[in-house]
Amino acid sequence: MTEAGRTNLAALQEIARSIRLDVLEMTARMGGHPTSCFSAVEILTVLYSGGILKVRPAEPAWPDRDRFILSKGHAAPALYAVLARAGFFDVSELSGFRTMESPLHGHPKQNVAIGVEVTSGSLGQGLSFGLGTALAGRLGRHAFRVYVLLGDGECDEGQVWEAAMAAAHFRVENLTAIVDYNKYQQTGPIAREMALEPFGEKWKAFGWHVEEADGHDMEDLRRRLDCARVVQGRPQVVIAHTKKGKGVSFMESDYTFHARSPVGDQLQQAREEILHAHR
Amino acid sequence: MRIGEEAELPRGTKQMRDAFAGALVEVARADDRVIALDGDLSSSTGMGLMRNTFPDRFFNIGIAEANLVGVSAGFAACGFIPFVGSLPCFLLPNAYDQLRLQVSIAGLNVKLLGSHAGVSTGREGPTSHAIEDFALVGGLPSFSILVPSDETAMAACVKAAADFVGPVYIRSSRGEFPRIYAEGKCRVRIGKANVVRNGADVTLAACGLMVGVALDAAATLQKEGIQARVLDMLSVKPIDREAVLAAARETGAIVTAEEHLVRGGMGAAVAQVAAEEHPVPMRFIGVQDTHLESGSVEELMARHHFAAPDIVEAALDVVAAKGGR
Repeated sequence: MTEAGRTNLAALQEIARSIRLDVLEMTARMGGHPTSCFSAVEILTVLYSGGILKVRPAEPAWPDRDRFILSKGHAAPALYAVLARAGFFDVSELSGFRTMESPLHGHPKQNVAIGVEVTSGSLGQGLSFGLGTALAGRLGRHAFRVYVLLGDGECDEGQVWEAAMAAAHFRVENLTAIVDYNKYQQTGPIAREMALEPFGEKWKAFGWHVEEADGHDMEDLRRRLDCARVVQGRPQVVIAHTKKGKGVSFMESDYTFHARSPVGDQLQQAREEILHAHR
Repeated sequence: MRIGEEAELPRGTKQMRDAFAGALVEVARADDRVIALDGDLSSSTGMGLMRNTFPDRFFNIGIAEANLVGVSAGFAACGFIPFVGSLPCFLLPNAYDQLRLQVSIAGLNVKLLGSHAGVSTGREGPTSHAIEDFALVGGLPSFSILVPSDETAMAACVKAAADFVGPVYIRSSRGEFPRIYAEGKCRVRIGKANVVRNGADVTLAACGLMVGVALDAAATLQKEGIQARVLDMLSVKPIDREAVLAAARETGAIVTAEEHLVRGGMGAAVAQVAAEEHPVPMRFIGVQDTHLESGSVEELMARHHFAAPDIVEAALDVVAAKGGR
């Protein structure tokens, strides 16, 4: 690793830390799915702050912008935090999450002005939207790329595989899916509740180029996304191996935190663990 | 007796799906944002003409309605005007979640064509009938519902849908409908009905194929000395409040007629308007709370009491209920 790269990585890690803290505070105050956000923090950070997405926060509707489609809509707080840190809106707006006058709905509602590209919250839908966007880019001769973040449990939905089949059929190469493979769905471990393996083989069989990454290693993620970008003639998926609840020890090991937040002493412990990680 | 014969309506010159096909190609020629997305039914819906005319702007998404609607939303978000073609019996139940999230909540500019609606699939049986499409699409805020009553109305509806910014469902059918309008003489405005027959004794508010049936009923009623106004409820959602209230005030009695369940259909929307501002005696002609058999359109209409004689009987009933003409 170069010195410049190390510096860069340290800066990204600081952003990731801020996003985790934002998520913790937002969900502790208003509810939500903190652990599903934590597993996706590095993925979101590398996309928005690591030079992957070509977007213009000051010109959010720029027609040639890359599109980021959050299919696992319950990770909305993480999306809002990364958008705020990227400059789409002021960080103070995060305090409006889930309140009546705020555009930061409990699950995302499309609002390009603040960088929210898609409505989600019922799982399985984002890849189809991403495919339509990718085809529209090709038809309209735009150079943009489309990135879709899927949850692993979400891949139980048949629509994901309808979209996977169609994307390969149409040979779209401007479409990259990323799966936040945190190994848990709401009621328990993926392997116990609804097994996905052999997961990479499934995507390959559907005609996709497959990369696997450590979803908390932003250098590895960037490398894999760079590899995906140059693939021709077919869509690509990066299977990002992550930990649900990453960053807070007692949440990592307890999937019952799926739709609840720590309170009291545990909330304070979570803050401190996130603050002191990597330092 | 064929539909429209009693009222001496001219026969249709083409199938409704062919009227749709021609109109879609016309709007696509005028606006290169218009594209067609097919659920592998282009040979049934009429979208095949788009495939042949503008192959680059036609995509068969396959037999996968959820993905079909999701893809349409992606196109719409990039400024295209996608027309999604399928049969409502497949499209709406399969992709309701996607229509709700990706199109209705997002308010995206997607147009749906539901061909072979109502009981036009007759002998294909109850799985292929679409008698709940108004109720389903009606449950999606931001959607408009247009129901052309003949080939001229179809062309105008396609144009109106393309011009309107927002999601629109167009109900279509397989066969020919009798001519209600002269060529090029149908005005379609979202939220507006058309008066296709004047009368002051009772109003028959109908949509789609049932407009021709209602005109037959009106011709029969005339022989009994009753002048029926016939409204073509082209815009089932939003409903034309003004036309409904004028009908209630000026004729004092309303019969609605639709090739749809009476619950959650066009008649219910008409009744809501009347109930709120000017209640009058009403009857509702359509399919009761049941699924139908495999049979011809005529057999199904007769068995389930949504044919012209049923409208006549209902009209006589409401005229009596309001105290005579």
